[in-house]
Amino acid sequence: MAHPVKRSNAPVFWLLFGAGGMLAALLGPMLVFITGIAAPLGWVLKPDALSYDNMLAFARNIPGKIFIFAVVTLFVWHAAHRMYHTLHDLGIRRNGLSMAFCYGISLAATLVCGYALIAIGM
Amino acid sequence: MNVRRPYVRRMEPGWWWNNAFLLRYMIREMTSVLVAAYAFVLLAGVFALNRGEAAYRQWLDVMASPWSVAFHGLLLAVFLYHSWSWFEIMPKTLPQIRLGGRLVPAAAITWGGLAATVACCGILLGGTLWLTR
Repeated sequence: MAHPVKRSNAPVFWLLFGAGGMLAALLGPMLVFITGIAAPLGWVLKPDALSYDNMLAFARNIPGKIFIFAVVTLFVWHAAHRMYHTLHDLGIRRNGLSMAFCYGISLAATLVCGYALIAIGM
Repeated sequence: MNVRRPYVRRMEPGWWWNNAFLLRYMIREMTSVLVAAYAFVLLAGVFALNRGEAAYRQWLDVMASPWSVAFHGLLLAVFLYHSWSWFEIMPKTLPQIRLGGRLVPAAAITWGGLAATVACCGILLGGTLWLTR
């Protein structure tokens, strides 16, 4: 192959944006309610619903790890893609720097989340 | 210097402010900032969980502070708006869907999506209640 086809990176980022937006649209309101309002106030759920032991057991479980990783990283990739394009609309033209800034933050969050979930162990 | 000298239209800083459609567009895009903020709240929790019980307790204490609960009230409103706007624009972001030769109407896609949100939120709450019973 003397001339490899030059492909756009846009579909990859759009897929992450779409997956994160869909996950946020389907689960976001209830997640915020559970972690930020119901559990801290002891509404609906038991007061120790998000206790250390409960959450550690959840995060040491493969489905739990996948759920946490998907929520945190896809939400961040969703936001990064939207902000990258909104910055353009606000007059900061799309360039390598704004791209590195937006997607760099989401890449860093992905790495930190992956590290923490691996370090928590099984 | 670019020899083509392309025309770049001037952009007013508040171009989206005086038009209801553009304002709604900008609010919808801005929800993503708070979606990211919530992801970082959760990330801080995962990070604290990894550091041990004392660090995680500290995170729980912060989550229980009045400022945090108020902030999550704002986040809840923003996420509800995200769900609404996500499925409101879904008829335009999906390829056309035909059922029996007929185009599925936009309202059916929007309300179908919102019904899916209600179902998923119900399953999430039910699953959480069951796991922490």
